[in-house]
Amino acid sequence: MSDAQDQALQELGDYIATKQADAVIGSEVAFGELTLTVTAAALPALVRFLKTDVTCKFSSLVDITAVDYPARRARFDVVYHFLSMYRNQRIRLRAQVRDDEMVPSIVLEHPSANWFEREVFDMFGILFSGHPDLRRILTDYGFRGHPLRKDFPTTGYVEVRYDEAAKRVVYEPVKLVQDYRQFDFMSPWEGAKYILPGDERAK
Amino acid sequence: MMDGSKGFTDAQTGEQKIRNFNINFGPQHPAAHGVLRLVLELDGEIVERCDPHIGLLHRGTEKLMESRTYLQNLPYFDRLDYVAPMNQEHAWCLAIERLTGTVVPRRASLIRVLYSEIGRVLNHLLNVTTQAMDVGALTPPLWGFVEREKLCIFYERASGARFHAAYFRPGGVHQDLPPALIDDIEAWAEAFPAVLADIDGLLTENRIFKQRNADIGVITEEEIQQWGYSGVMVRGSGLAWDLRRSQPYECYDEFDFQIPIGKNGDCYDRYLVRMEEMRQSVSIIRQAIAKLRAPEGQGEVLARGKITPPSRGDMKTSMESLIHHFKLYTEGFHVPAGEVYAAVEAPKGEFGVYLVADGTNKPYRAKLRAPGFLHLQSMDHVASGHLLADVAAIIGTMDIVFGEVDR
Repeated sequence: MSDAQDQALQELGDYIATKQADAVIGSEVAFGELTLTVTAAALPALVRFLKTDVTCKFSSLVDITAVDYPARRARFDVVYHFLSMYRNQRIRLRAQVRDDEMVPSIVLEHPSANWFEREVFDMFGILFSGHPDLRRILTDYGFRGHPLRKDFPTTGYVEVRYDEAAKRVVYEPVKLVQDYRQFDFMSPWEGAKYILPGDERAK
Repeated sequence: MMDGSKGFTDAQTGEQKIRNFNINFGPQHPAAHGVLRLVLELDGEIVERCDPHIGLLHRGTEKLMESRTYLQNLPYFDRLDYVAPMNQEHAWCLAIERLTGTVVPRRASLIRVLYSEIGRVLNHLLNVTTQAMDVGALTPPLWGFVEREKLCIFYERASGARFHAAYFRPGGVHQDLPPALIDDIEAWAEAFPAVLADIDGLLTENRIFKQRNADIGVITEEEIQQWGYSGVMVRGSGLAWDLRRSQPYECYDEFDFQIPIGKNGDCYDRYLVRMEEMRQSVSIIRQAIAKLRAPEGQGEVLARGKITPPSRGDMKTSMESLIHHFKLYTEGFHVPAGEVYAAVEAPKGEFGVYLVADGTNKPYRAKLRAPGFLHLQSMDHVASGHLLADVAAIIGTMDIVFGEVDR
């Protein structure tokens, strides 16, 4: 990405920030992509603006997803990607939301947000207010928990098998014959921030 | 009773109760292209409502990726859209290369273009011919799969695997192509247009095929924006939108190719667009081969550095290379913190990866944006008002593969 393109993106970000001052908290350009930090409550209005404004024309929704940062007070980042086929540009919106916070749905602005919001709800447990049909989408019927949260174990909680005696599929708690292998690549020479086995003897 | 009334009365009295009929389409239906369960509400033969239930092939790829190194994650991409595996790997490599600032050597770039286009032909061959099968023709898939098999062998000769190639690597491709393979691909590219003409002769003017596809599933420009379509779903409706042209990645900007577009936006136009895209791909393949043989096309296929292994020769003589090799394949490389969205024009549409890196050897979060997910989502919108038999044609034209929809 050239500097001129970065410059143009930065100008676009500044333009949106001035027009939608109450929604946009900050804008930055990194790796040739424009990211706006926005408030979750103002999302629908901002998305409508991005869709209709002639300099933006972000009429295609590309993706909605979330990122979990368990240590943060506002735990989740909800991330939106938009594309303008007319002006050939992309934008990313990022809103921080708390665990107990609802995000306004943008289904009215983009019907294609429907499944993306269902997926984010399924995977992270973030609720979208105003969504017409907020069911689970990818996980099993009757699944519990939100798999992409960082505190959800990769192995899950239940496993499925066919029970010959009962002649049906049964759900059972996961039994592992060995621990899930997670290697630690933190170098002890570079100052790991936790106690390594054997450290207690050094004292 | 089908009409919902227990005491059936004479039709002429008009006393009978008529209710809509719900059926389950799939998950084990040959025209569902995998494990799709559609709950269809029918009024007679007309689809009133269509509720796709997906996730039957959900494998938790995104969760698994968070506990694996960047390189270990690469083979997962073959298993997304398993019809054209290397195109998905490409997006992952591009994302990592953007974050690490790696410049791919020219030869590797050309090989990537070559194999991306082979992937496109692989995909379109499958799609066009199985769609023909969905609407009642058996010969096209048999002919098409003969050609697909040849392409799979090219995959195998480059990577060792017919499908799950893991051939594109961050920083280039895994191995250089032997000259004999390039010759054979060229020979195939010479012969393929004749096969394509055969399939064209079977289908394009076939009355049944036309009746089943023309004016079915018409997509307008407004719907493209509403439903976030990409790829052939856009081009079939007359918008010349192709990421290879509009946001060029790799070295697509130096290739000469046309972007075919449709006029009516129906299933038949999308079929025609796919056929023409295959011809364009063959032309790109020929150009790529010529460039690979040119003197500028010679050289390394991996950007030697921290994210790629050292050459075998170096490992035999240099201790540092040996250590590097060991560390690379155990710990993996570290990617600087940052977030990036990398998209490629996969055969099915825009396939993207949103990668959040935190500076460690594993991705903090990776979101896979599959085109089929958005296409299938609009099923209710597109299929409503069509006949039940058209549902199969619409699923076919949307080019849905469950590996990528369910992830």
